Amino acid sequence: MRTFSRNVMTAMVILAASPVLAMSASGAVPGAVALDSSIKLDKIVTENGQTKHEYVAPQKVVPGNHLVFVTSYRNTSDKPVDHFVVTNPVPSPVALESVNADNFEVSVDGGKSWGKLAQLTIAKPGASVRAAQDSDVTTVRWVIPVIAPGASGTLQYLAVVR
Amino acid sequence: MRHIRNLLAAGAATAGLVGGHSAYASGTPAGTIIQNTANATYSSGSSTSTIQSNTVTVKVDQLIGVAVTALTSTPVTIGTAPAVLIYQVTNTGNGADSFDLTGAPNVSGNAFNATLQTVAIDTNGNGVYDPGVDTVITNGAASQSLAPDATIKVFLLAASPTTATDTQTSQVRLTATSVIGAGTPGTLFAGKGTGGVDAVVGASGGAANALANLIASMASVTLTKSAVVADLYGGTNPVPGALVTYTIVAHVTGSGTAGSLTVTDAFPAGTTYQSSSLTLGGTALTDTADSDAGTASATGITVTLGSVTGGSADKTIAFKVKIN
Repeated sequence: MRTFSRNVMTAMVILAASPVLAMSASGAVPGAVALDSSIKLDKIVTENGQTKHEYVAPQKVVPGNHLVFVTSYRNTSDKPVDHFVVTNPVPSPVALESVNADNFEVSVDGGKSWGKLAQLTIAKPGASVRAAQDSDVTTVRWVIPVIAPGASGTLQYLAVVR
Repeated sequence: MRHIRNLLAAGAATAGLVGGHSAYASGTPAGTIIQNTANATYSSGSSTSTIQSNTVTVKVDQLIGVAVTALTSTPVTIGTAPAVLIYQVTNTGNGADSFDLTGAPNVSGNAFNATLQTVAIDTNGNGVYDPGVDTVITNGAASQSLAPDATIKVFLLAASPTTATDTQTSQVRLTATSVIGAGTPGTLFAGKGTGGVDAVVGASGGAANALANLIASMASVTLTKSAVVADLYGGTNPVPGALVTYTIVAHVTGSGTAGSLTVTDAFPAGTTYQSSSLTLGGTALTDTADSDAGTASATGITVTLGSVTGGSADKTIAFKVKIN
Protein backbone atom coordinates (compact mmCIF):
# COMPACT_ATOMS: atom_id res chain seq x y z
CA MET A 1 0.00 0.00 0.00
CA ARG A 2 2.80 2.36 0.83
CA THR A 3 4.45 1.88 -2.54
CA PHE A 4 1.20 2.43 -4.32
CA SER A 5 0.45 5.68 -2.58
CA ARG A 6 3.95 6.94 -3.29
CA ASN A 7 3.47 6.21 -6.98
CA VAL A 8 0.24 8.13 -7.00
CA MET A 9 2.03 11.09 -5.45
CA THR A 10 4.70 10.97 -8.15
CA ALA A 11 2.08 10.83 -10.87
CA MET A 12 0.37 13.89 -9.45
CA VAL A 13 3.60 15.83 -9.40
CA ILE A 14 4.23 15.10 -13.05
CA LEU A 15 0.70 15.81 -14.16
CA ALA A 16 0.49 19.00 -12.18
CA ALA A 17 3.57 20.23 -13.97
CA SER A 18 2.04 19.81 -17.40
CA PRO A 19 -0.15 22.96 -17.49
CA VAL A 20 2.96 24.99 -16.78
CA LEU A 21 4.59 23.34 -19.74
CA ALA A 22 1.62 24.18 -21.92
CA MET A 23 1.89 27.85 -20.99
CA SER A 24 5.57 28.04 -21.72
CA ALA A 25 5.17 26.29 -25.03
CA SER A 26 2.66 28.89 -26.14
CA GLY A 27 4.64 31.81 -24.72
CA ALA A 28 7.05 33.92 -26.70
CA VAL A 29 9.94 33.68 -24.26
CA PRO A 30 12.67 31.49 -25.68
CA GLY A 31 15.05 30.04 -23.04
CA ALA A 32 15.10 26.44 -24.10
CA VAL A 33 16.89 23.47 -22.73
CA ALA A 34 17.25 20.02 -24.29
CA LEU A 35 17.23 17.13 -21.86
CA ASP A 36 18.49 13.68 -22.74
CA SER A 37 18.35 10.56 -20.63
CA SER A 38 20.44 7.43 -21.04
CA ILE A 39 21.42 4.31 -19.06
CA LYS A 40 24.88 2.80 -19.17
CA LEU A 41 26.13 -0.47 -17.73
CA ASP A 42 29.09 -0.06 -15.42
CA LYS A 43 31.20 -2.96 -16.63
CA ILE A 44 34.04 -3.78 -14.31
CA VAL A 45 37.00 -5.15 -16.24
CA THR A 46 40.08 -6.59 -14.64
CA GLU A 47 43.13 -6.25 -16.83
CA ASN A 48 46.60 -7.19 -15.64
CA GLY A 49 45.35 -7.05 -12.08
CA GLN A 50 43.98 -3.54 -12.57
CA THR A 51 40.28 -2.96 -12.12
CA LYS A 52 38.71 -0.44 -14.40
CA HIS A 53 35.19 0.64 -15.22
CA GLU A 54 33.79 0.73 -18.72
CA TYR A 55 30.45 2.39 -19.34
CA VAL A 56 28.79 0.43 -22.09
CA ALA A 57 25.33 0.09 -23.61
CA PRO A 58 23.32 -2.23 -21.34
CA GLN A 59 22.95 -5.29 -23.54
CA LYS A 60 22.67 -7.77 -20.67
CA VAL A 61 21.49 -6.59 -17.29
CA VAL A 62 21.02 -8.90 -14.31
CA PRO A 63 20.58 -8.34 -10.57
CA GLY A 64 23.79 -7.05 -9.05
CA ASN A 65 24.86 -5.13 -12.13
CA HIS A 66 25.73 -1.48 -11.68
CA LEU A 67 23.98 1.04 -13.90
CA VAL A 68 24.77 4.68 -14.51
CA PHE A 69 21.75 6.88 -15.09
CA VAL A 70 22.88 9.81 -17.15
CA THR A 71 20.97 13.02 -17.84
CA SER A 72 22.52 15.47 -20.30
CA TYR A 73 21.30 19.03 -20.70
CA ARG A 74 22.06 21.80 -23.12
CA ASN A 75 20.83 25.35 -23.23
CA THR A 76 19.81 25.51 -26.87
CA SER A 77 18.76 29.14 -26.71
CA ASP A 78 20.64 32.42 -26.71
CA LYS A 79 19.29 33.36 -23.29
CA PRO A 80 20.59 32.22 -19.93
CA VAL A 81 18.45 29.76 -17.99
CA ASP A 82 18.08 30.16 -14.23
CA HIS A 83 17.32 27.82 -11.35
CA PHE A 84 17.54 24.70 -13.46
CA VAL A 85 16.23 21.82 -11.36
CA VAL A 86 16.52 18.29 -12.74
CA THR A 87 14.46 15.66 -10.98
CA ASN A 88 15.12 12.01 -11.71
CA PRO A 89 13.00 9.27 -10.12
CA VAL A 90 15.09 6.26 -9.18
CA PRO A 91 13.40 3.26 -10.85
CA SER A 92 12.15 0.80 -8.25
CA PRO A 93 14.19 -2.18 -9.57
CA VAL A 94 17.42 -0.38 -8.73
CA ALA A 95 18.95 0.98 -5.53
CA LEU A 96 21.02 4.14 -5.44
CA GLU A 97 24.68 3.78 -4.57
CA SER A 98 26.18 6.53 -2.51
CA VAL A 99 29.14 7.07 -4.79
CA ASN A 100 29.14 10.77 -5.73
CA ALA A 101 26.02 11.26 -3.63
CA ASP A 102 27.33 14.66 -2.62
CA ASN A 103 26.54 16.04 -6.07
CA PHE A 104 22.80 15.91 -5.61
CA GLU A 105 19.96 16.00 -3.16
CA VAL A 106 17.83 12.97 -2.55
CA SER A 107 14.28 12.25 -1.48
CA VAL A 108 13.04 9.13 0.25
CA ASP A 109 9.36 10.05 -0.06
CA GLY A 110 8.85 10.47 -3.79
CA GLY A 111 9.99 14.09 -3.91
CA LYS A 112 8.01 15.62 -1.04
CA SER A 113 11.09 16.44 1.00
CA TRP A 114 14.71 16.76 -0.02
CA GLY A 115 18.11 16.73 1.58
CA LYS A 116 21.37 14.89 1.87
CA LEU A 117 20.88 11.21 2.60
CA ALA A 118 22.44 11.53 6.05
CA GLN A 119 19.78 14.06 7.06
CA LEU A 120 16.79 11.94 6.06
CA THR A 121 14.92 9.38 8.10
CA ILE A 122 12.40 6.68 7.39
CA ALA A 123 9.29 6.42 9.55
CA LYS A 124 7.05 3.48 8.90
CA PRO A 125 3.97 2.59 10.93
CA GLY A 126 4.83 0.19 13.71
CA ALA A 127 8.58 0.72 13.40
CA SER A 128 10.91 3.18 15.04
CA VAL A 129 12.32 6.01 12.96
CA ARG A 130 15.59 5.04 11.34
CA ALA A 131 18.23 6.74 9.24
CA ALA A 132 17.60 6.57 5.52
CA GLN A 133 19.82 4.32 3.47
CA ASP A 134 20.84 4.32 -0.17
CA SER A 135 18.16 1.79 -1.01
CA ASP A 136 15.43 4.07 0.40
CA VAL A 137 16.05 6.84 -2.11
CA THR A 138 13.11 7.33 -4.47
CA THR A 139 14.22 10.43 -6.32
CA VAL A 140 17.36 12.47 -6.91
CA ARG A 141 17.62 16.08 -8.02
CA TRP A 142 20.24 18.54 -9.05
CA VAL A 143 19.91 22.29 -8.77
CA ILE A 144 21.95 24.34 -11.21
CA PRO A 145 21.77 28.10 -10.56
CA VAL A 146 22.35 29.19 -14.11
CA ILE A 147 23.10 27.74 -17.54
CA ALA A 148 24.71 30.11 -19.97
CA PRO A 149 23.49 30.17 -23.57
CA GLY A 150 24.88 27.17 -25.42
CA ALA A 151 26.30 25.64 -22.26
CA SER A 152 25.80 21.96 -21.52
CA GLY A 153 26.49 19.42 -18.83
CA THR A 154 25.98 15.88 -17.69
CA LEU A 155 24.41 14.68 -14.45
CA GLN A 156 24.58 11.12 -13.32
CA TYR A 157 23.98 8.75 -10.49
CA LEU A 158 25.06 5.18 -9.95
CA ALA A 159 22.65 2.45 -8.94
CA VAL A 160 22.71 -1.31 -8.54
CA VAL A 161 20.03 -3.61 -9.91
CA ARG A 162 18.25 -5.09 -6.90
CA MET B 1 1.53 19.12 -30.11
CA ARG B 2 4.62 19.08 -27.99
CA HIS B 3 2.79 19.20 -24.69
CA ILE B 4 0.56 16.31 -25.72
CA ARG B 5 3.56 14.18 -26.36
CA ASN B 6 4.97 15.15 -23.00
CA LEU B 7 1.77 14.15 -21.28
CA LEU B 8 2.06 10.73 -22.84
CA ALA B 9 5.64 10.53 -21.71
CA ALA B 10 4.55 11.48 -18.21
CA GLY B 11 2.21 8.51 -18.24
CA ALA B 12 5.07 6.26 -19.23
CA ALA B 13 7.31 7.66 -16.53
CA THR B 14 4.66 6.91 -13.93
CA ALA B 15 4.31 3.37 -15.19
CA GLY B 16 8.03 2.91 -14.72
CA LEU B 17 7.63 3.34 -10.99
CA VAL B 18 4.83 0.84 -10.55
CA GLY B 19 5.83 -2.45 -9.04
CA GLY B 20 7.44 -1.35 -5.85
CA HIS B 21 10.77 -2.35 -4.49
CA SER B 22 11.82 -5.90 -5.10
CA ALA B 23 11.42 -8.16 -2.12
CA TYR B 24 13.22 -11.08 -3.75
CA ALA B 25 16.43 -12.44 -2.31
CA SER B 26 17.19 -13.54 -5.84
CA GLY B 27 16.85 -9.99 -7.11
CA THR B 28 14.67 -8.11 -9.52
CA PRO B 29 12.60 -10.60 -11.54
CA ALA B 30 13.75 -11.35 -15.08
CA GLY B 31 11.79 -9.38 -17.64
CA THR B 32 11.35 -6.34 -15.38
CA ILE B 33 11.61 -3.07 -17.31
CA ILE B 34 13.82 -0.38 -15.81
CA GLN B 35 12.75 3.03 -17.11
CA ASN B 36 14.43 6.32 -16.68
CA THR B 37 12.95 9.72 -17.45
CA ALA B 38 14.37 12.97 -16.11
CA ASN B 39 12.25 16.04 -15.50
CA ALA B 40 13.51 19.58 -15.25
CA THR B 41 12.12 22.96 -14.38
CA TYR B 42 13.81 26.26 -15.03
CA SER B 43 13.12 29.89 -15.45
CA SER B 44 14.19 32.17 -18.21
CA GLY B 45 13.29 35.79 -17.92
CA SER B 46 9.81 35.90 -16.37
CA SER B 47 8.63 32.49 -17.56
CA THR B 48 8.94 29.10 -15.94
CA SER B 49 9.23 25.95 -18.01
CA THR B 50 9.02 22.25 -17.36
CA ILE B 51 10.62 19.76 -19.68
CA GLN B 52 11.01 16.05 -19.74
CA SER B 53 13.69 13.91 -21.24
CA ASN B 54 13.25 10.92 -23.47
CA THR B 55 12.47 7.67 -21.64
CA VAL B 56 15.16 5.01 -21.66
CA THR B 57 14.24 1.43 -20.94
CA VAL B 58 16.40 -1.52 -20.00
CA LYS B 59 15.01 -5.00 -19.59
CA VAL B 60 16.37 -7.15 -16.77
CA ASP B 61 17.71 -10.47 -18.04
CA GLN B 62 17.58 -13.79 -16.25
CA LEU B 63 20.39 -14.74 -13.96
CA ILE B 64 20.55 -18.52 -13.59
CA GLY B 65 21.16 -19.66 -10.04
CA VAL B 66 20.59 -22.72 -7.90
CA ALA B 67 21.52 -23.85 -4.40
CA VAL B 68 21.36 -27.32 -2.87
CA THR B 69 21.64 -28.16 0.81
CA ALA B 70 21.35 -31.43 2.67
CA LEU B 71 18.62 -31.20 5.27
CA THR B 72 19.76 -34.36 7.01
CA SER B 73 22.74 -32.98 8.89
CA THR B 74 23.50 -35.97 11.07
CA PRO B 75 24.27 -39.26 9.34
CA VAL B 76 21.19 -41.28 8.49
CA THR B 77 21.37 -44.91 9.53
CA ILE B 78 21.16 -47.41 6.74
CA GLY B 79 20.58 -51.07 7.48
CA THR B 80 18.05 -53.59 6.31
CA ALA B 81 15.68 -50.75 5.43
CA PRO B 82 16.64 -48.09 2.86
CA ALA B 83 17.75 -44.71 4.16
CA VAL B 84 15.82 -41.57 3.18
CA LEU B 85 18.09 -38.61 2.56
CA ILE B 86 16.50 -35.17 2.32
CA TYR B 87 17.85 -32.25 0.31
CA GLN B 88 16.58 -28.79 -0.45
CA VAL B 89 16.88 -27.21 -3.88
CA THR B 90 16.40 -23.44 -4.18
CA ASN B 91 16.05 -21.40 -7.35
CA THR B 92 18.40 -18.54 -6.51
CA GLY B 93 17.93 -17.05 -9.96
CA ASN B 94 15.56 -14.19 -10.75
CA GLY B 95 13.39 -16.10 -13.20
CA ALA B 96 11.44 -19.34 -13.33
CA ASP B 97 13.65 -22.36 -13.94
CA SER B 98 13.56 -26.15 -13.69
CA PHE B 99 16.40 -28.26 -12.44
CA ASP B 100 17.62 -31.71 -13.40
CA LEU B 101 17.92 -33.74 -10.19
CA THR B 102 20.65 -36.37 -10.14
CA GLY B 103 21.44 -38.58 -7.20
CA ALA B 104 24.89 -40.20 -7.08
CA PRO B 105 25.79 -42.70 -4.35
CA ASN B 106 29.35 -43.22 -5.59
CA VAL B 107 31.32 -40.54 -3.81
CA SER B 108 35.08 -40.58 -3.41
CA GLY B 109 36.05 -41.66 0.11
CA ASN B 110 33.00 -43.78 0.73
CA ALA B 111 33.55 -46.92 2.79
CA PHE B 112 30.68 -48.45 0.86
CA ASN B 113 28.48 -47.22 -1.96
CA ALA B 114 24.77 -47.36 -1.39
CA THR B 115 22.37 -48.25 -4.18
CA LEU B 116 20.09 -45.43 -5.28
CA GLN B 117 16.55 -46.77 -5.28
CA THR B 118 14.29 -43.78 -5.68
CA VAL B 119 14.41 -40.05 -6.43
CA ALA B 120 11.29 -38.24 -5.27
CA ILE B 121 10.08 -34.66 -4.91
CA ASP B 122 8.23 -33.73 -1.73
CA THR B 123 4.87 -33.05 -3.37
CA ASN B 124 2.96 -32.21 -0.21
CA GLY B 125 5.84 -30.23 1.28
CA ASN B 126 5.80 -31.97 4.66
CA GLY B 127 9.49 -32.88 4.58
CA VAL B 128 8.73 -36.58 4.99
CA TYR B 129 8.87 -39.13 2.21
CA ASP B 130 5.33 -40.38 1.63
CA PRO B 131 5.31 -43.34 -0.78
CA GLY B 132 2.47 -43.01 -3.25
CA VAL B 133 2.07 -39.32 -2.51
CA ASP B 134 5.40 -37.73 -3.33
CA THR B 135 6.33 -37.61 -7.00
CA VAL B 136 8.90 -40.21 -7.97
CA ILE B 137 11.07 -39.14 -10.89
CA THR B 138 13.70 -40.85 -12.97
CA ASN B 139 17.18 -40.11 -11.70
CA GLY B 140 18.41 -37.09 -13.65
CA ALA B 141 14.94 -35.94 -14.71
CA ALA B 142 13.81 -32.35 -14.27
CA SER B 143 11.87 -30.85 -11.41
CA GLN B 144 8.77 -28.79 -11.97
CA SER B 145 9.32 -25.12 -12.75
CA LEU B 146 10.40 -23.18 -9.68
CA ALA B 147 9.67 -19.47 -9.28
CA PRO B 148 12.53 -17.24 -8.09
CA ASP B 149 13.37 -18.02 -4.44
CA ALA B 150 11.11 -21.10 -4.51
CA THR B 151 12.39 -24.30 -2.92
CA ILE B 152 11.59 -27.97 -3.19
CA LYS B 153 12.64 -30.85 -1.00
CA VAL B 154 14.09 -33.86 -2.76
CA PHE B 155 14.33 -37.37 -1.32
CA LEU B 156 16.95 -39.92 -2.26
CA LEU B 157 16.23 -43.44 -1.07
CA ALA B 158 19.43 -45.41 -0.69
CA ALA B 159 19.76 -49.12 0.06
CA SER B 160 22.74 -50.68 1.74
CA PRO B 161 24.91 -53.16 -0.12
CA THR B 162 25.41 -56.53 1.59
CA THR B 163 29.11 -55.71 1.89
CA ALA B 164 28.57 -52.81 4.27
CA THR B 165 29.62 -53.46 7.83
CA ASP B 166 28.39 -51.89 11.02
CA THR B 167 29.31 -48.17 11.56
CA GLN B 168 30.83 -47.72 8.10
CA THR B 169 30.01 -44.34 6.60
CA SER B 170 29.09 -43.21 3.12
CA GLN B 171 27.88 -40.11 1.31
CA VAL B 172 25.30 -39.56 -1.39
CA ARG B 173 25.37 -36.51 -3.64
CA LEU B 174 22.40 -34.69 -5.11
CA THR B 175 23.17 -32.38 -8.01
CA ALA B 176 20.65 -29.88 -9.39
CA THR B 177 21.41 -28.45 -12.82
CA SER B 178 19.49 -25.64 -14.48
CA VAL B 179 17.45 -26.82 -17.44
CA ILE B 180 18.03 -23.45 -19.11
CA GLY B 181 21.75 -24.05 -19.00
CA ALA B 182 24.87 -24.41 -16.93
CA GLY B 183 28.49 -23.52 -17.50
CA THR B 184 31.07 -20.91 -16.71
CA PRO B 185 29.49 -17.91 -14.94
CA GLY B 186 28.62 -15.35 -17.58
CA THR B 187 27.73 -17.90 -20.24
CA LEU B 188 24.82 -16.56 -22.27
CA PHE B 189 21.75 -18.52 -23.34
CA ALA B 190 20.08 -16.08 -25.71
CA GLY B 191 16.30 -16.00 -25.47
CA LYS B 192 16.18 -19.00 -23.13
CA GLY B 193 15.04 -17.09 -20.05
CA THR B 194 11.53 -16.74 -18.72
CA GLY B 195 9.35 -14.85 -21.18
CA GLY B 196 12.06 -15.13 -23.82
CA VAL B 197 14.58 -12.85 -22.14
CA ASP B 198 18.25 -13.70 -22.38
CA ALA B 199 19.60 -15.91 -19.60
CA VAL B 200 23.06 -15.57 -18.11
CA VAL B 201 24.75 -18.19 -15.92
CA GLY B 202 25.33 -16.79 -12.43
CA ALA B 203 28.02 -17.45 -9.87
CA SER B 204 26.71 -20.96 -9.12
CA GLY B 205 27.56 -22.02 -12.65
CA GLY B 206 23.94 -23.08 -13.09
CA ALA B 207 24.47 -26.22 -11.04
CA ALA B 208 24.91 -27.01 -7.36
CA ASN B 209 25.23 -30.12 -5.25
CA ALA B 210 25.25 -31.26 -1.66
CA LEU B 211 26.29 -34.39 0.17
CA ALA B 212 24.23 -36.21 2.78
CA ASN B 213 25.77 -38.75 5.12
CA LEU B 214 24.94 -42.35 5.77
CA ILE B 215 26.12 -44.62 8.55
CA ALA B 216 25.69 -48.36 8.28
CA SER B 217 23.76 -49.86 11.13
CA MET B 218 24.10 -53.61 10.88
CA ALA B 219 23.44 -56.51 13.22
CA SER B 220 25.34 -59.79 13.39
CA VAL B 221 23.67 -62.93 14.72
CA THR B 222 25.62 -65.78 16.29
CA LEU B 223 23.90 -69.07 17.12
CA THR B 224 25.58 -71.37 19.61
CA LYS B 225 24.19 -74.87 20.06
CA SER B 226 25.03 -77.23 22.89
CA ALA B 227 23.69 -80.55 24.13
CA VAL B 228 23.38 -82.15 27.53
CA VAL B 229 22.70 -85.90 27.72
CA ALA B 230 21.02 -87.59 30.68
CA ASP B 231 20.78 -91.38 30.48
CA LEU B 232 18.40 -93.55 32.43
CA TYR B 233 21.10 -94.50 34.88
CA GLY B 234 22.03 -91.07 36.13
CA GLY B 235 24.93 -90.76 33.72
CA THR B 236 25.58 -88.76 30.58
CA ASN B 237 25.99 -91.50 28.01
CA PRO B 238 24.11 -91.15 24.70
CA VAL B 239 22.50 -94.53 24.86
CA PRO B 240 18.97 -95.50 23.79
CA GLY B 241 16.45 -94.05 26.15
CA ALA B 242 18.72 -91.17 27.11
CA LEU B 243 17.29 -87.63 27.01
CA VAL B 244 19.23 -84.98 25.11
CA THR B 245 18.56 -81.32 25.95
CA TYR B 246 19.60 -79.06 23.11
CA THR B 247 20.22 -75.40 23.87
CA ILE B 248 20.54 -72.75 21.15
CA VAL B 249 21.71 -69.26 22.17
CA ALA B 250 21.05 -66.43 19.70
CA HIS B 251 23.52 -63.58 20.30
CA VAL B 252 22.96 -60.33 18.37
CA THR B 253 25.71 -57.68 18.15
CA GLY B 254 26.11 -54.39 16.27
CA SER B 255 24.26 -51.08 16.28
CA GLY B 256 21.56 -52.33 13.97
CA THR B 257 18.62 -54.62 14.27
CA ALA B 258 18.29 -58.19 13.07
CA GLY B 259 14.85 -58.21 11.49
CA SER B 260 12.51 -61.20 11.26
CA LEU B 261 14.97 -63.40 13.09
CA THR B 262 13.76 -66.99 13.04
CA VAL B 263 15.63 -69.99 14.49
CA THR B 264 14.90 -73.43 13.12
CA ASP B 265 16.45 -76.73 14.08
CA ALA B 266 15.75 -80.23 12.77
CA PHE B 267 15.60 -83.16 15.12
CA PRO B 268 18.52 -85.56 14.66
CA ALA B 269 17.74 -88.88 13.01
CA GLY B 270 17.11 -91.63 15.54
CA THR B 271 15.61 -89.32 18.13
CA THR B 272 12.07 -88.48 19.20
CA TYR B 273 10.99 -85.02 20.27
CA GLN B 274 9.67 -84.83 23.79
CA SER B 275 6.38 -83.00 23.46
CA SER B 276 5.95 -79.67 25.28
CA SER B 277 9.67 -79.46 26.03
CA LEU B 278 10.29 -76.36 23.91
CA THR B 279 11.26 -73.27 25.93
CA LEU B 280 12.38 -69.75 25.15
CA GLY B 281 14.28 -67.97 27.88
CA GLY B 282 13.15 -70.67 30.31
CA THR B 283 9.47 -70.12 29.50
CA ALA B 284 7.54 -73.02 27.98
CA LEU B 285 6.18 -72.69 24.45
CA THR B 286 3.36 -74.82 23.12
CA ASP B 287 4.15 -77.17 20.26
CA THR B 288 1.24 -76.00 18.16
CA ALA B 289 1.46 -73.05 15.78
CA ASP B 290 -0.33 -70.39 17.79
CA SER B 291 0.19 -67.03 19.37
CA ASP B 292 3.44 -67.91 21.08
CA ALA B 293 6.81 -67.79 19.34
CA GLY B 294 7.46 -71.51 19.13
CA THR B 295 6.30 -74.46 17.04
CA ALA B 296 7.40 -78.07 17.16
CA SER B 297 6.57 -80.23 14.16
CA ALA B 298 7.37 -83.85 13.43
CA THR B 299 10.75 -82.88 12.02
CA GLY B 300 12.01 -79.93 14.03
CA ILE B 301 11.38 -76.75 15.95
CA THR B 302 10.86 -73.17 14.80
CA VAL B 303 11.12 -70.14 17.09
CA THR B 304 10.26 -66.70 15.73
CA LEU B 305 12.29 -64.04 17.52
CA GLY B 306 11.26 -61.12 15.27
CA SER B 307 13.30 -57.92 15.41
CA VAL B 308 16.22 -58.17 17.77
CA THR B 309 18.38 -55.11 18.33
CA GLY B 310 22.12 -55.54 18.61
CA GLY B 311 23.38 -55.77 22.18
CA SER B 312 20.07 -56.96 23.60
CA ALA B 313 19.99 -59.93 25.97
CA ASP B 314 20.74 -63.33 24.45
CA LYS B 315 17.77 -65.40 23.39
CA THR B 316 18.00 -68.96 24.71
CA ILE B 317 15.98 -71.71 23.09
CA ALA B 318 15.90 -75.24 24.49
CA PHE B 319 14.13 -78.53 23.69
CA LYS B 320 14.47 -82.20 24.53
CA VAL B 321 14.69 -85.34 22.40
CA LYS B 322 14.95 -88.99 23.42
CA ILE B 323 17.41 -91.29 21.74
CA ASN B 324 15.49 -94.18 20.19
